[in-house]
Amino acid sequence: MTTRYLLNRLLLALPTLFGVVTVVFILLRVVPGDPIAMMTGPGATPEDIQHLRAHYGLDRSLSAQFVIYLGQLAMGDLGTSISLRQDVGELILGRLPVTLELTVFAMLIAIGCGVCLAIVGSYWRSRWPEAIIDSVIGIIVAIPDFLWALAFILILGVVIPVMPIFGRLDLALEYQSYTEFYLIESALRGRFDVTGSVLWHMILPGVALALPLMAVGARVLKSSLNVEMTQDYAALAHTKGFSRLQVILKEALRNALIPAVTLTGVQLTFLIGGTVLIERIFGYPGLGNMAIDAVINRDLPLIQGIIITFAIIFILVNFLIDLINTILNPRLRDG
Amino acid sequence: MKIDRRSFLQYSGAVSAASSLPAILMSPGALGASGDTLTIAYNVSLPNWDPTVGLSSVNPGLQSIWKSVFDQYIDQHPDLTFKAGVLTKWGWNSDKTKVHMTVRDGATWQDGQPITGEDIVWNLKRAGHPDTGNPVGGFIWASLGNLSANGNEVTGDVNQYTPDIFKWMSFLTGYILPPHYHDKVGAEGFEKNPLGSGPYKVKEFVRGSFVRLEAYDDYWGGKPAFKNVIFKFVTDVSSRIAEIESGSSDITLAVPFEEYDRLSQKSGLTGVTTPVSDIAMIFFNDVGPMEDPNVRKAAVHAVDKEAIVKRLLRGYGVPLSTLQAPEYTAYDSSIVVDHNPELAKELLAKSGYSTDNPVKFTIQTTRGYLPKDYEVIQAVVGMWRKVGIEAEIEVYEVAKHYELRAQDTLAPAAFYNWGNSIGDPGTSTGHAMFGPSPHSTWDTDDLDGMIGPLWGEKDEDKRIAGWKKVDRYIAENAYVLPLYQQVQPVLYKSDLAFTSHGANYVLPFTTRPKG
Repeated sequence: MTTRYLLNRLLLALPTLFGVVTVVFILLRVVPGDPIAMMTGPGATPEDIQHLRAHYGLDRSLSAQFVIYLGQLAMGDLGTSISLRQDVGELILGRLPVTLELTVFAMLIAIGCGVCLAIVGSYWRSRWPEAIIDSVIGIIVAIPDFLWALAFILILGVVIPVMPIFGRLDLALEYQSYTEFYLIESALRGRFDVTGSVLWHMILPGVALALPLMAVGARVLKSSLNVEMTQDYAALAHTKGFSRLQVILKEALRNALIPAVTLTGVQLTFLIGGTVLIERIFGYPGLGNMAIDAVINRDLPLIQGIIITFAIIFILVNFLIDLINTILNPRLRDG
Repeated sequence: MKIDRRSFLQYSGAVSAASSLPAILMSPGALGASGDTLTIAYNVSLPNWDPTVGLSSVNPGLQSIWKSVFDQYIDQHPDLTFKAGVLTKWGWNSDKTKVHMTVRDGATWQDGQPITGEDIVWNLKRAGHPDTGNPVGGFIWASLGNLSANGNEVTGDVNQYTPDIFKWMSFLTGYILPPHYHDKVGAEGFEKNPLGSGPYKVKEFVRGSFVRLEAYDDYWGGKPAFKNVIFKFVTDVSSRIAEIESGSSDITLAVPFEEYDRLSQKSGLTGVTTPVSDIAMIFFNDVGPMEDPNVRKAAVHAVDKEAIVKRLLRGYGVPLSTLQAPEYTAYDSSIVVDHNPELAKELLAKSGYSTDNPVKFTIQTTRGYLPKDYEVIQAVVGMWRKVGIEAEIEVYEVAKHYELRAQDTLAPAAFYNWGNSIGDPGTSTGHAMFGPSPHSTWDTDDLDGMIGPLWGEKDEDKRIAGWKKVDRYIAENAYVLPLYQQVQPVLYKSDLAFTSHGANYVLPFTTRPKG
């Protein structure tokens, strides 16, 4: 039953993906701005412009363009970037590992710190540690991630310059990567100087990205824990002699995680979206940074490719959340 | 737990590795480069390496990086005058039907191969070929034909006389690539491992992040002062400010003037503001109210450019009355359009307009594309309102501007920034105001009749005089509203000797340590 449920979820993702492709395709063609006009610059003749328009298939009807695009997509061909004149698929594959590493790093920080904060808050419920945690969460939620990024740059990059504020790797280090997964690859190759530098460069953008997710996750998990701690099974555990911390960790946490995991899944998509600005601010060479350049240059194939990639990631994340929920909640497993 | 020799060694190894992690993380190199390395926090991200094809090749913001790696046929002094580059001599024959060029002796590609006349021929032919993708190939490079080389001497026929052809050799797409290498590796291979003949070789390029260059010691122009140069692509202005303020970068540019004033006073930093070859202007389109000369002239006389520069741009700008900046060949300081709001009111009154019965039209502008673009237009609209012009501001993306301009469907007024680093009147007034040009918005027979013959004028003195006459005519008839010459702020460490460039370049080759 579980396999069938998950398979259904996967199949449902296909129309979602088709919807995304359709909406993105139409939207990008109705918003103002002509990519060929951006491409040609001063001096190009109308013939030059027409020649390029034909070259990129932009002289055909919208429906014809869409059919061709779907056909290419089905073959795994995302087209050629107008501004970079390279295969979109290759460009995305080159940047995706950068964004994925940063996102996973931020997610680990968010989940680790969020769970700790929730447990501490629930353990000292209605006492000053919980009040402090609530206030901190309130402040974090109120400030968007890019403002945290700018504050970190100002404080830890300029006023007390102890942290790197640009890029992915110390520029004094030379490293030839084969997979673009610098962190894992360098560790496996024994280049711990690179691993350390990559981690060091990830801290500020990673924390800036993680903070909102951490705060929301902690708030939901703490509330959920507080509810679970009032349940009969928690009271029973107390009467059996378990300490409050033991009840939280061994009994309540598993049940409390279900709503927190669901919400974290939703927030995670925001976290991935947040990479666009954060990567830009920290000069991080990921997919988000490339997305902004693509938009500025009206590079339609590249914008489409990036959005579809993000959409696939969102779908996979949601699928993963469903999977985790299925494992955590027996009713879903058996239903 | 039992501890034997083997487990002890394992544990101690793990502890040692763990304890060294902070040392690795906190290594001085992690915080920035110094010594023989020059680090530039650059405002534009380099998309690709071929400076002669595609959209990016006409992006003025990328030229500093390309000029560090590739040679141009002809070079430019910081004051925009021309000097020998790979070509040491160039010119036309007496009736300007043929061209001749001489290639520098001893100039080499970065793989040590000599630069030959054949190489120049290959590059010029490639630039003019319609399939290459050179955005200016059709109207600039294709004007030369039948090119051939004899040793270091290159000759060719003039297919169509283009007065500024040699100026373009130091302008957009005027770079040379090594034919032997390009033919061998192809366009894709060239992108992966570019090779030029400029002062720096490409050592590492991480798209969207940085490019690391290494000095080419055998460069014909001399050994570069810095062994390594890093262009960091820091497109976010706040991050650029942080880069220079924290000392992580040695040079940055394109920061707000408020920040420039603050940081240039800071210990260890200094700066320079140079008027560059970009002109902020308002296109008038010959539609609706703009067909009325009184409205146009009133719109021009109502604007106090001095006040805009002084108050909005903190003095960083040069008010202009024509589309020629003072460094340009056809600049004529005697052409002055004064700020005269009373005259503007009188002119409008002649057409039946007043503050109670204003003439109405739309003005288009970008917002945030250029420093204070929207604020400048707000100020202009405010000045217009006082004399009887009610303009509605419409904000659009610059891509939309290009599209509308190509279709000649811009609003009656549209703000734009016109760049022209070779300073030729043909590339400023010419392309901006000549009706048949795809980049102009004003399209009237009287002006086209004046400009048309200048395209083929072979007498340089007559040509320049002709353009000055055109500029005066345009000013008198208010066919365009030139506002001011842009100023580029560059911040750099005080221990550097930095040479600013009128073409808005930040060149590592001309930057050196002080003393």
